[in-house]
Amino acid sequence: MAKLDVTKLRDQNSKSKKTVNDQIATTAEWFDDRLGLAKGTRIFFNKIFPDHWSFMLGEIALYSFVVLLVTGIFLTLYYVPSASLMIYHGSYAPLRGTVVSAAYNSTVNLSLHVRFGLLVRQMHHWAADIFLGAIAVHMCRVFFTGAFRKPRELNWIVGVTLLILGIVEGFLGYSLPDDLISGTGLRIMFSVTESIPIVGTHLAFWIFGGNYPGDGSIIPRMFIAHVLLIPALLAALIGVHLALLVKQKHTQFPGPGKTEKNVVGTPMWPGFMFKTQGFMFLVVGVIALLGAFAQINPIWQYGQYLPYKVSYAVQPDWYMGWLDGALRIMPSWEFQYHSFIIPNQFFPSILLPGIAFNIFIIWPFIEAKIKKDKSEHNLLERPRDNPMRTAIGAGALTFFFMLFAASATDVLANYLTISLNIVLWFFRIATYIIPFLVAAIAYRVCIELQRAGDGAGKRKRFNVVWRSDTGEYFTEKSPARSDDVDYLDGEPEESLELTPEVSKMVNEKADLIASDRNGSQESTDSDPEDLQQISRD
Amino acid sequence: MSDSDNDLTSDNTSGNSVSPVTIRNLNIEDDPRFELLAKNPKRTEILIAISFAIAAVLFIAMMVDYVKGANTQVEGGLMAAAFSLLGIGMVAWGKYLMPKGPFEESRHRTGSTDEDKKEFVDAFIGRGKIAVSRRSFLGKMLGAAMGLFGLFLLGPTLRSLGPNPNNALNHTAWKKGSRVVTTDGKLVHVNDLDVGAFMTVFPEGVIKKSELEENQQDLYNSQTLLIRASVDNIVTEKGRETWGPQGYLAYSKVCTHAGCPISLYQQETQQLLCPCHQSLFNVLDGAMPIFGPAPRPLPQLPLAVDPHGYLIAQADYNEPIGPGYWGF
Repeated sequence: MAKLDVTKLRDQNSKSKKTVNDQIATTAEWFDDRLGLAKGTRIFFNKIFPDHWSFMLGEIALYSFVVLLVTGIFLTLYYVPSASLMIYHGSYAPLRGTVVSAAYNSTVNLSLHVRFGLLVRQMHHWAADIFLGAIAVHMCRVFFTGAFRKPRELNWIVGVTLLILGIVEGFLGYSLPDDLISGTGLRIMFSVTESIPIVGTHLAFWIFGGNYPGDGSIIPRMFIAHVLLIPALLAALIGVHLALLVKQKHTQFPGPGKTEKNVVGTPMWPGFMFKTQGFMFLVVGVIALLGAFAQINPIWQYGQYLPYKVSYAVQPDWYMGWLDGALRIMPSWEFQYHSFIIPNQFFPSILLPGIAFNIFIIWPFIEAKIKKDKSEHNLLERPRDNPMRTAIGAGALTFFFMLFAASATDVLANYLTISLNIVLWFFRIATYIIPFLVAAIAYRVCIELQRAGDGAGKRKRFNVVWRSDTGEYFTEKSPARSDDVDYLDGEPEESLELTPEVSKMVNEKADLIASDRNGSQESTDSDPEDLQQISRD
Repeated sequence: MSDSDNDLTSDNTSGNSVSPVTIRNLNIEDDPRFELLAKNPKRTEILIAISFAIAAVLFIAMMVDYVKGANTQVEGGLMAAAFSLLGIGMVAWGKYLMPKGPFEESRHRTGSTDEDKKEFVDAFIGRGKIAVSRRSFLGKMLGAAMGLFGLFLLGPTLRSLGPNPNNALNHTAWKKGSRVVTTDGKLVHVNDLDVGAFMTVFPEGVIKKSELEENQQDLYNSQTLLIRASVDNIVTEKGRETWGPQGYLAYSKVCTHAGCPISLYQQETQQLLCPCHQSLFNVLDGAMPIFGPAPRPLPQLPLAVDPHGYLIAQADYNEPIGPGYWGF
């Protein structure tokens, strides 16, 4: 291994780059005189980042957010947030002469006419899907390892809020082009808003500027929410998320030298900063690859939204899929008292996410209450070490996955050529049963993994049956070997003090038994005899 | 926060003999943690430099392609390759040409020390008590005033956005005597549709000569499915004896589940299917929902045939169209 030769480096610098270094020093001095940054920056540079792959998941979310900001700014230069109708005269021949909205027109133009536009638009869309995907997986990591426990409950809440805002932001984003698919999604959102008890109908009319589809003001309203209000909130909350992470320092997995009172890993400067910058480039690279070769949301094929037209076999972006699935598998119930209706769509699309996100938010407090745990935790738990939490998490994930899959009932029925009826009834029942099965299995697996310790699949220690001089039989464990595993008991039991010769002999016998399980009964019968002989010697 | 909180100290528990040191006076030459991970740093450096150089070439290629018209796949492919190379190079730089560590940072309880807490309480209560606590009445008045302003703000931020629903959800553009027209604005004659055919229709006047002039709300609310299920009059329900002249039935096209336009008609089974969430309605039974999440039948438009043989509406729908909503 080579060493970083600092003296040499210093010498080189002092000879060849003296002026440059002097300039840097002078500039740094200038800023420090005014801002006093030296100490704070040093503390920042010394921040330790644990070396574990699962800590990269949040970084993926962060860097796809950066991609979203940059590509989003590009798109705002071309997108026209207006529902006013016009005749399309652009470069896409099949649409020429048809009536489209200014929003749709500008989105088609920025895709097919503006140089580099399609790549940026597709990167923006892919980055959004990756952003939310990374948030979801990062959240799983935090949940299953117990990283949300005291003192990090607040950051967990900030994280859940980021997830909710991200979903809203994504929905607004893909609704902006005013194409046939997004328009239908918007109509469903109007119905969902209408269903909120007491205030819903008024709220829907106010937001849309009238009865659906309103007076066209929904497009500029969604636009300002999508490009200013929610991104500003997202950016601010991401700032809070990271500031809390610096203030509270990272959690880490248990391991040699890692305690509740330290963090072991790579410091911010220089190691982590280089690695994370490289990781950002990789995230950009993957998004560019998807933007180039994986077509997403080709709105010129869908056509302009028309209130009486609809497309077939349409699914929303993945993060809305579970809500769409919930809408589909909801039984046809509705509750009415005079003109006061709690409509069908209220339960799957207002009540369900309402309950789900509230449970997410208060989960750290629920768990602390159940476990009567008020202490600080900086060391993470392996999922197997907290079977109840792991089981609940696995069950919840399965529930959301079932809802997600249920948003494709029509596609599944077509693909598998079975009745839509059967598919729907399967999801109506299975969505509530399979999560419990998965939770039970996850619980069982955790317990088994705990018992196996680190030695799953390794050799068990053999028991050796002895006969004493007087003919009495007793059982003794064979001498421990380094790769032995004691199932069910943690520590190896103390065994007889044996001379080296004897233990060698016993081990040989044990190996013989292992390799010759099907061997004759006689050979095993004779074992104690031989051993006895040796021990007498 | 004391200085030593954030100093990099050695890995005490790992058993090596390096004593805790701060990064400021670290003797880098002697510390094994400052060894590089790379076995041959020179070679690693060259490889990283090559990846950066290729990335630079790819960026130039992007410029060339941009000038030539910016092909999406070429630009994106080059960009992906270039950034991946930069990424791999940077990660390799950070991993192999940096001190291999491990480094350690100590941490303390997150909460403040008792002393700090006491000082805070002294400042907040001790100093503030006389000034603030004894004026709780003022505080309440201030809170009430600001609360009322907050209440007022609901007006501009919500109420100003749009009109109240009033009666808007209870009627559509259909009126007594409205003639039925196709999406092209043509009148529908009673002989126009064969049995088993269906089409989307509107009341006359909603479809204009130019789509630019059409009222989107009328277009949405009054969209209606016209189905010819038979040649004889069809009675779907009691009280609708005259609504289905010569086998023509008209139902609101807006699904009673989530408001999607229902666009699939299966002639054999006389069923309508909404493509959004697969609600199924029975055409001959007053569009009763028979499958899926829709809770209510589709409203039926009472049809009639005028003296010239054209289809007309006897009246508007007798119930609100579309999904359920909170009445008022």
